[in-house]
Amino acid sequence: MLWEVDIYPASGQPDLAAEALAAEAHDLGLESLQLKAGRGYLIEGKLDRSQIQTIAEQLLADRVVETTVVAEVGAAELHAPPQNNMQAVHVLPKPGVMDPVAESALRAIADFDIEVEAVRTLKKYWLPELSAEQLDLVSKKLLANDAIEQVIAGPLDFDRLQVGDAYTFELQHVAIRNLDDMQLADLSRSGQLYLQLAEMQTIQNYFRELGRDPTDIELETLAQTWSEHCSHKTLAGRIAYEGPVEPDGTVGTRQFENMLKETIFAATLAIRKKLGAADWCVSVFEDNAGIVRFDEQDNIVFKVETHNHPSALEPYGGANTGIGGVIRDPLGTGLGARPVCNTDVFCFAPPDTPADTLPAGVLHPRRVMKGVVSGVRDYGNRMGIPTVNGAIYFDPRYLGNPLVYCGTVGILPRDKSFGAAQADDYIVAVGGRTGRDGIHGATFSSAELTEQSESLSGGAVQIGNAITEKMVLDVILVARDRGLYNAITDCGAGGFSSAVGEMGEKIGAEVWLERAPVKYEGLSYTEIWISEAQERMVLSVSPEQWEALSALCASEDVEATIIGRFVPSGELTLKYHNEQVGRLPMEFLHDGRPPVIRQARYAPQPAETLDLPAPADAYHEELLAILGSLNVASKEWVIRQYDHEVQAGSVIKPLVGAANDGPGDAAVVRPKLTSRRGIAVSCGMNPYYGDLNTYHMAASSIDEAMRNCVAVGADPRQIAILDNFCWGDCENPETLGSLVLAALACYDLAVELETPFISGKDSLNNEFSYVTADGEKQTIAIPATLLISAMGQVESVDQCVTMDLKKAGNVLYLVGITRDELGGSHYAVTQGRTGGRVPQVHVATAKATFLAIHDAIKANLVQACHDLSEGGLAVASAEMAFAGSLGATLHLARVPHDDLVSHPVSLLFSESNSRFLCEVAPDRAADFEALFETIAENGPLLANIGEVTATNRLQILTSENNPLIDVETERLKAAWQKPLAW
Amino acid sequence: MSKPRVLILRAPGTNCDVETAFAFETAGAAPQVVHINRVLEDAQLFAESQILCLPGGFSYGDDVAAGRILANQIHHHLADALQQFRSDGKLILGICNGFQILIKAGMLLDGGSPEAAPLGPQATLTWNDTGLFEDRWVHLAASGDKSPLLRGIDSMYLPVAHAEGKFVTSTPEVLDQLGEAGQLVLRYTDPASPEDRDVGYPHNPNGSHRAVAGICDATGRVLGLMPHPERFIDRTQHPRWTRGEAADVGDGLAMFKNAVAYFG
Repeated sequence: MLWEVDIYPASGQPDLAAEALAAEAHDLGLESLQLKAGRGYLIEGKLDRSQIQTIAEQLLADRVVETTVVAEVGAAELHAPPQNNMQAVHVLPKPGVMDPVAESALRAIADFDIEVEAVRTLKKYWLPELSAEQLDLVSKKLLANDAIEQVIAGPLDFDRLQVGDAYTFELQHVAIRNLDDMQLADLSRSGQLYLQLAEMQTIQNYFRELGRDPTDIELETLAQTWSEHCSHKTLAGRIAYEGPVEPDGTVGTRQFENMLKETIFAATLAIRKKLGAADWCVSVFEDNAGIVRFDEQDNIVFKVETHNHPSALEPYGGANTGIGGVIRDPLGTGLGARPVCNTDVFCFAPPDTPADTLPAGVLHPRRVMKGVVSGVRDYGNRMGIPTVNGAIYFDPRYLGNPLVYCGTVGILPRDKSFGAAQADDYIVAVGGRTGRDGIHGATFSSAELTEQSESLSGGAVQIGNAITEKMVLDVILVARDRGLYNAITDCGAGGFSSAVGEMGEKIGAEVWLERAPVKYEGLSYTEIWISEAQERMVLSVSPEQWEALSALCASEDVEATIIGRFVPSGELTLKYHNEQVGRLPMEFLHDGRPPVIRQARYAPQPAETLDLPAPADAYHEELLAILGSLNVASKEWVIRQYDHEVQAGSVIKPLVGAANDGPGDAAVVRPKLTSRRGIAVSCGMNPYYGDLNTYHMAASSIDEAMRNCVAVGADPRQIAILDNFCWGDCENPETLGSLVLAALACYDLAVELETPFISGKDSLNNEFSYVTADGEKQTIAIPATLLISAMGQVESVDQCVTMDLKKAGNVLYLVGITRDELGGSHYAVTQGRTGGRVPQVHVATAKATFLAIHDAIKANLVQACHDLSEGGLAVASAEMAFAGSLGATLHLARVPHDDLVSHPVSLLFSESNSRFLCEVAPDRAADFEALFETIAENGPLLANIGEVTATNRLQILTSENNPLIDVETERLKAAWQKPLAW
Repeated sequence: MSKPRVLILRAPGTNCDVETAFAFETAGAAPQVVHINRVLEDAQLFAESQILCLPGGFSYGDDVAAGRILANQIHHHLADALQQFRSDGKLILGICNGFQILIKAGMLLDGGSPEAAPLGPQATLTWNDTGLFEDRWVHLAASGDKSPLLRGIDSMYLPVAHAEGKFVTSTPEVLDQLGEAGQLVLRYTDPASPEDRDVGYPHNPNGSHRAVAGICDATGRVLGLMPHPERFIDRTQHPRWTRGEAADVGDGLAMFKNAVAYFG
């Protein structure tokens, strides 16, 4: 029997779901959509009315605030409209899509001693009479996402919940030996392998020599392992580059055998060599996350991943599994790190993009943003990991291809920092079950998005179940400390295929696919092997360890299953019920991929001057425009939805200041409650600079990430950084050239600043193609987007500093030289001006400045410190003033600047790097100044430019004391808070 | 004096157990974090402790409703053991998700079970008026001397972090009765007008009726609250400690010290 339990807000209670949807309908151009929302459950089993009634009242509904309608599916009472002329629309997760609430409900019903067979959740909406067209629009764009949900208008018309059909085994071969090149290319695309022709040819030749065709699982295994996502073949490949090769822009050529190795990794190697015995890196670019030294007992790890393509199709699920996936990276590092905080950085098209201008297949950016934020929120909060740092950038070019970066910092004991699978260890799958969800995620993420992606790759989109992962985390940390396994890795892109392939690379592995626990029947052996179902870890467990591990997992209801063994054969052997379905030498799998050789070119943009209007009498409109621009504006609406304080290690929160709402530079957490030592986490990103020059964009991003960290008190001698390149189609030599140039900058900056890269990840092919109404193909490539994430360390958190002004009468020092660098600045963007000099980093000065700022903070000389970034001095001083609920008076003529600067716009809004605004008590001013005496660069590096006032006004004066800016700080704050105060 | 033993109950999705144990330890108690499966196997484990704490988190994902599934488990399998715990004169503290669990398991009101409350539960914690999870600091006023855990505490400044924290009673009469019985022991306040009994957002972060942030049972020894006292033990946890606004010790510690002192 199939029962339906519909649950509605009781009379007098708010219908929050309907209110939220009505607001979103407004964005779709549907004014005043009156609807009612309910949630429901479908429950299948041999239970009678009184039993279902008990379940409905005592478990499913909250009788204080909700009412229920309980009946058999199809019964009339379920379809009595709450008001005349309303129609019902049901939204259900598609079969096979994760439904965590249904799973939990199923288990909870068992506590009533009532047996049910299956549960599924649904959402039920009562809509006014709409045209068929409007109903379709509302269903698809508002109520449901076709990638994961189905919409049923009117009564439900089925009487049982669909479960998978039984699977009949049949070994599949793929005939590729006789295909010509065009057919090979077709197969690569239609089979969602997304391999290049040369790679398909290599596979073809390999099997021709063997005298047989590959099985489907062999071909899939190769496609997963050789995918861009898993192997980073473009950036770790051969590249012939032509373009600037020196920081000053001198043009030349470079031949790379392995571009990443020769730039990013090489920088770290050089730094470690120079540090010698003082080297504080532990494991870099080897494990799932980079590891560095923290204190005498522990190391800390950091990894940042992207989850762009899934988030484009299903923002909630994509971001949800993005954060879920990156949490498994530290957990799969060494013998397992405990996550201590998360970061998130997003790039969207502007949320006010008119709905009628969207190409087909594109979700509205506002919906994308809301979905992504809730996805990160629901997973991170449930995992009990504070989300403490992030950023959001807006640019129309992220329209069809938003970017979602998620990061996790973890801590692990020094003696648990390395693991290795041993021959004859069992291969053990721990955690979630394997389902049909997430098939082809790895290969899909390496392909360009098109308007058909939604229907083609729906299987790659998933919903996570954070609690399954939390349960895995809980047992893994205990098992780690008890020494119950030899190695661990996460099941991410490529599923078992990648995890087992990587762990067994040096040994060999035999996998018994039918043993993997599955969510439902009907999965083929290949689906089991490549499914990217979430919340799974793979462990290498010796027979002696197995019993204790198995018992521990069982004691907390975590599923742990032996699915194979690391057999010292040098081969990957895949079996299904004892029949061999695939066999590949590890060597061919990992080293058989033909080298990809790519051309890369970068032609620097011809220097274009940025024409400034004649100096004006006042600039507060310009300042208000920058404060109110989306990138600069307050992200409080997002930040508050994240639990940024769980684990109780929060020292510097993302929002700081007198009213807890100012923009902090970096977050600081104390990972050990018994220690004062802290971790500072920050980021830097400047896509606008990249439009002018990707070298200086990368350099500026590194400088920004570091100065954010230094501004709160981190020691610049111990900051580790991560690179995440999100770029367009790197088959295009110009696109790849712009990336190579950024990587060259990464090398130069890291080596000079002695700040090592410890991990990174790239995501290429971030382009969206669609066909216009006129039948023309259009492609939107994202701007070159390099995220630099920084992880610093604070000896004692009691020394940390925030950016909010503290006390009237204190002196304000501007540290760092202001240059004529308005290219790509927010002044230029908000005023619609192009060209100009892009901010550069003067590395020696930067390094000395960071050290001096740190010394000043350590000596307790600094009351407040804020880095100057988007909007320059004017924005930084405004933020400090309104965050501190105080005023400030600054004298523009005292700003240290180079000879090219004369225009007030440059002094106010230039975004020159390595600058800080510091608040210092008058009696400590001399001590503060003394720390900077030796860093003069053609003149002093710092100047006393004004003071903190009790006036609640920001005044920036000319040498004649004329106010260029004189505004109430409340007004500045209001402008800054308005755009994203949803 | 031996340290009182605290059983900190954790279930799948509990995530504030470590810092809650740390807070109890700092206050001088001997906490032990125990998985729900262990007490389901042997409810006698409760007998060894003087204090039971249900910490914050998302037990079973807060699937169905916040705290509902663990509350259901407690109701079906542990109700007797917990009633015994309470009638033995011991203390029960539910923080955030723990509060949601206690109220939905009938441990605070309703006489301990749906059967004992034939008219349905008297009160619940439901979705914030904003419809969103929110993390923010709130000012609290403690009233009366009903709860030993709040003894000597007039006000506290603590963070909340929840989506379903709006306290709602089934009828206005229930709210009045609870008020008269002195069970509405913690309320959100606006520091600018601390006497205002019914403050709005954001001071009252969720729209709770009468700005209720925490309640106790009829004995006073069972307390549930939405704010997180374990998140304000160290001065650097205060959002404005860099402005010199934090005392040497966090406001939350007093509650844990009260728990220890009760058995002193």
